[in-house]
Amino acid sequence: MHTMSIQRKKIHPHKYSLWIAMGSITMMFIGFTSAYVVKRSQANWLAFELPHIFWLSTAVILLSSLTIHLALKQFRERNMQRYKQLITLTAVLGVAFAACQWIGFSQLKNSGLPLSGPVSASFIYVIVGVHMLHVLGGVVALLIMFARAYRTRIRTYSPVPIEVAATYWHFVDVLWIYLLIFLSIAR
Amino acid sequence: MSNEATLHSQQEVMHGAHDHHDHEHHHEDNFISKYVFSLDHKMIAKQFLITGIIWAIIGAFFSVVFRLQLGFPDATFPWLESILGHWAKGGRITPEAYYALVTMHGTILVFFVLTAGLSGTFSNLLIPLQVGARDMASPFMNCLSYWFFFLASLVMMASLFVQTGPASGGWTMYPPLSALGDASIGSKIGVDLWLISMALFVVSQLLGGLNYISTLLNMRTKGMSMTKMPLTIWSFFFTAVLGVLSFPVLLSGFILLLMDRHAGTSFYLSDIFIAGKALANEGGSAILYQHLFWFLGHPEVYIIILPAMGMVSEVLAVSSRKPIFGYLAMIGSLFAICILAFLVWAHHMFVTGLNPFLGAFFVLLTLLIAVPSAIKVFNWLTTIWKGNIRFTPASLFSIGFVSTFISGGLTGIWLGNSSIDIHLHDTYFVIAHFHIVMGVSAFFGMFAGIYHWFPKMYGRFMNNTIGYIHFWVTLVGAYLIFWPMHYEGMAGMPRRYFDYSSWTSFNQFGGLNQFISIVVILVFATQLLFVFNFFYSIFKGRKLTEQNPWKATSLEWTTPINPGHGNWPGEIPEVHRWAYDYSKDGRDFIPQTEPIGPNESAH
Ligand code: HEM
Ligand SMILES: [Cu+2]
Repeated sequence: MHTMSIQRKKIHPHKYSLWIAMGSITMMFIGFTSAYVVKRSQANWLAFELPHIFWLSTAVILLSSLTIHLALKQFRERNMQRYKQLITLTAVLGVAFAACQWIGFSQLKNSGLPLSGPVSASFIYVIVGVHMLHVLGGVVALLIMFARAYRTRIRTYSPVPIEVAATYWHFVDVLWIYLLIFLSIAR
Repeated sequence: MSNEATLHSQQEVMHGAHDHHDHEHHHEDNFISKYVFSLDHKMIAKQFLITGIIWAIIGAFFSVVFRLQLGFPDATFPWLESILGHWAKGGRITPEAYYALVTMHGTILVFFVLTAGLSGTFSNLLIPLQVGARDMASPFMNCLSYWFFFLASLVMMASLFVQTGPASGGWTMYPPLSALGDASIGSKIGVDLWLISMALFVVSQLLGGLNYISTLLNMRTKGMSMTKMPLTIWSFFFTAVLGVLSFPVLLSGFILLLMDRHAGTSFYLSDIFIAGKALANEGGSAILYQHLFWFLGHPEVYIIILPAMGMVSEVLAVSSRKPIFGYLAMIGSLFAICILAFLVWAHHMFVTGLNPFLGAFFVLLTLLIAVPSAIKVFNWLTTIWKGNIRFTPASLFSIGFVSTFISGGLTGIWLGNSSIDIHLHDTYFVIAHFHIVMGVSAFFGMFAGIYHWFPKMYGRFMNNTIGYIHFWVTLVGAYLIFWPMHYEGMAGMPRRYFDYSSWTSFNQFGGLNQFISIVVILVFATQLLFVFNFFYSIFKGRKLTEQNPWKATSLEWTTPINPGHGNWPGEIPEVHRWAYDYSKDGRDFIPQTEPIGPNESAH
């Protein structure tokens, strides 16, 4: 007649799972980029310049990494008002990033490189598009956290969700930098 | 013990289990939360298992149907028309139906049965029980993993009933056949449903895999160091790592394929003529898909076989009452297999015009896999050597596993030599190779697991007599079916053909093909016997009266006969020794929970 003891664990399971998931997502992009490399070495590869707006979007996503970092700091110091502002800002920047990428797509299209055009362009659409979906997934997570911050009935002071979100956010940021460097060098 | 455990606040698993005090007074679970959206890893394991069994019956039945065509190309079977309709006009299946059946057979068995059904069942059941955890790291994700699998199943099932039929380009779904709706009737919406289903399946595998890894690395009970874990857990670990790293690559391949189908891109397409008309697609490469596919496809075969290896290791040690031979070598060889699995994919592509210089590296790396495989075989044999073997159905299936793994592995060495493979590629030799080494072996591992852990799952035993019949018919049958296929393959008989009768050089195999098909029917009937035994025993099997029926050392047998959610009432036991102390110091077995005695040396 004893109560069950509490589970022993070394790291919070959600953080652990996140790290493995990031490895998994990385493998997906390694799949894309190595397909790109294989294809590039074959005949008929058309090289072109990336849309300039991608540099702007890079600035936006870097900035959003900073804001989510600050949000985490504010949360730890229990400045809930600043915290809410900062995650809202981060989410807005995330959407702005996606919008920039979208504008980049239409620039590509207008310069005669539609999705169904040369393979080198199709790859840009797919790789950048799938990355964008991952960023938007992060935005959704932030919105959920934002809603939670307004809950009055249940209050959570666990920093784990925001830590997980921040790590993921830095991850998609770094992933974008990698893709940008990759796509500009391996043209 | 609990204060050192509270690094973080408790998690969702504890809501159900924490606050009730006795198992007789189980708190009110309603039907939905207990059997449908259960968060208990043991229930999720059963869901995976039973879904897998249903798929296995369907997938195996498909093979019976297409074996009828191969064995009796001129006969008609009117009952076929009554179940397949216009796909079997006049009682003879159409070529389109044949390709659809073969494709679905492969897809179902490889992914839905031997991946989801096998590791989904046993990783879920055994990881928390054997490492001493209350449940998975995230029971919610675990539940999602099953339901994504279920959704994938629904979509795949739906594809069987659409007008133009399911995908029929082979389980590998190679473009251009799969990329162009106009290429064949089986390339239409069937392929879209196939791709959607497989994408859902990949999500399910990733959710499961993340959970398995974080549970077994992070939530082991006190004293359970990595090298005290049973080999089952090690094998589930490597399986999950393989899955988490290779399934996403498959997904990227599928995304590109979907784009080719619907967005007009040309990743895989170039210079194609359909019905005399040239397509606009230019600059793509179908071989690119093969690289992406086999980068998963090869690890996938190990995703299937590693859990079976782990369970066989465990069952062999328990049933021969001996410590597993070469525990560390077993882990090392699992690790080596896991690394090599990522480096050999191109051995499926020797005849694609692969640069022969590159091919040589893949030959070398492929043949290297024989080394860890041989280490494992050696260790299994030395484990049972001079053992005091109890021939339960589980141990027979484990021994059968070792046998088929040897026979199928040896033919792998033939295929791994590119010069021999050029002759054997795409013949029945390959069919024979992978059915013996993967199909039959993995099923044997799974059967061993089911017979062995059935008492843990349902608190009852399965019927032994039916088990013995099941084993012997399946073992003998499997060899009778697949062994002759080596000869057909060496004679050059290609795989994936509907009718060989106009091909005079293979007429000599007419009788052999009939024989194979008859054995297939017998073996299939025996599997139904097993299914009967399984379901009958859930309700009517002999009841378990002791906690530890097999006298095993590992932790799952320290739980109550019918463990509740949370597995152990009270404290989780602490572990003091490895899982293989059998016949030590004059004792039959020493449980992992027993402290090392003063005069005893730890392993
Ligand atoms: C000694 C180890 C092994 C070696 C050297 C080996 C080698 C090969 C080679 C070279 C092929 C390609 C044949 C061809 O298409 O021409 C092949 C096919 C295959 N092998 Fe193995 N193999 C080994 C073990 C295994 C194991 C353990 C499994 C599964 C558990 C497995 C499953 C398969 C499958 C499924 C295929 C055929 C896929 C298809 O084309 O549909 N092999 N093997
Ligand atoms: Cu392979």
